[in-house]
Amino acid sequence: MKQTPRPVMLLMAFLAALAPSCGASTPAAGEQVLVFAAASLTHAFTSIATTFEANRPEFDVQLNLAASSSLRQQILEGAPADVFASANTSNMDQVIEAGEASTSTTLATNVLQIAVPAGNPGGVTGLSDFARAELLIGLCAEGVPCGDLGRQALGKAGVVAAVDTNEPDVRALLVKIEAGELDAGIVYATDVAATGDRVEGVDIPADVNVVATYPIAVLANAPNPRGADAFVAFAVSDQARAILSRHGFSLP
Amino acid sequence: MRNRPPLPLAILASIGLLLFVLPLVGLLARTPWTRLVGLLSGEVVTDALRLSLVTSLAATAVSGLIGVPLAWVMARVPFPGRSLVRGIVTLPLVLPPVVGGAALLFALGRRGVVGEPLNQATGILLPFSIWGVITANVFVAMPFLVITVESALRNLDLRFEAAAASLGAGRWTVLRRVTLPMIGPSLMAGLVLSWARALGEFGATITFAGNLQGRTQTLPLAVFVALESDRDTAITLSLVMVAVSLTVLVGLRDRWWKAL
Repeated sequence: MKQTPRPVMLLMAFLAALAPSCGASTPAAGEQVLVFAAASLTHAFTSIATTFEANRPEFDVQLNLAASSSLRQQILEGAPADVFASANTSNMDQVIEAGEASTSTTLATNVLQIAVPAGNPGGVTGLSDFARAELLIGLCAEGVPCGDLGRQALGKAGVVAAVDTNEPDVRALLVKIEAGELDAGIVYATDVAATGDRVEGVDIPADVNVVATYPIAVLANAPNPRGADAFVAFAVSDQARAILSRHGFSLP
Repeated sequence: MRNRPPLPLAILASIGLLLFVLPLVGLLARTPWTRLVGLLSGEVVTDALRLSLVTSLAATAVSGLIGVPLAWVMARVPFPGRSLVRGIVTLPLVLPPVVGGAALLFALGRRGVVGEPLNQATGILLPFSIWGVITANVFVAMPFLVITVESALRNLDLRFEAAAASLGAGRWTVLRRVTLPMIGPSLMAGLVLSWARALGEFGATITFAGNLQGRTQTLPLAVFVALESDRDTAITLSLVMVAVSLTVLVGLRDRWWKAL
């Protein structure tokens, strides 16, 4: 399993499309399975691909990790991908509508969580604490996915947050929470899981939460349909579900 | 005809100039001119402009107040480790500002090495406040002042100060009446460079002081955030920055900083 920088990846994809026989003639470790996956799946899919390759040594998984929208665009422009895993249903739906996939399966879901520094010094128990002026509260900026979704959740809960900073992205927000400079912020459960022990997650009730669904599909024009089927079957297996769950995803 | 450049020089110079002019052309081409007045009076724009002017000027004043003495000590007082000190002072010039901001956070933040005791003793909290913005600005901008003033001090003919001293002037008087006036143009240039750097400061500010409209969101931060959601506002904010900076830089260049 290798992660290839995107420009190189695209060049390879282009060359592979021009001369499909070349791939077969090289004495590679196994049949290549090209998986296009949303960037938020990076850690989980790296681990899933490694386990899959250990189970099925005849396959060699290549991950192309990027924003779901760019992956969708690449697929619609004819990139020779085998599998598409998207961070939302809208990009997957567009791929299906364009006939690039016939159906998709829900791989996992990702829920919002309140991130607090280890030990929860602000004593944050729920979204209502975001109105407490004495706490230092951070959100992602508007226009950034985590910022828009966090505001949706606060809106559903009817909380007017006393925000102290609007961070440019989820990493920047988590850095300040990790350092204990902020008392709370809203991020995805997977982001909390990826940050380790210095950040704790406080659950947001389902009725005010905003859930992202991650669908996965075998692509209609997959150069390696057998490998694609095998990978998708593995991605929804118990072994892969355990990996997803360890990385903070909720399972359907 | 005297200063007509050789053709290769003219071509290369034009390419150099184009590199600076083209982005401006791009900005002007995408400017929503018909909506400009409305966008300019938007709250995000006016808040950011006010905050940027206040914090960049404050940072320039602080840089002058503590940077000139620092430059003087570095230029005149031989002490062990002086080259190391010089390196440390100029470090913010080469460090990515985000690194500087993170380092400031670890030092002066609420849980920082110095920030935590400071906060417990006095209740002062620099991050997420206008003081945090000014601190970050001073950190990245002051080196410009220090290196400009230090090099001016080192190139100064010491006989003028010696003459003043021999006529009975005390050290303080010499500094005030001889040294500072003689390095005046360099000091001014250093202040202007610091101010310009502070006005454009982004990475250290957003990392150390956060981003909140009206409190810590300066023009560069507002541009960055608006690019995600509202491109016309982002362009308007950029135009404001260009206009303010060009006015000051062109206006001052001829008057004060011929030294550079």
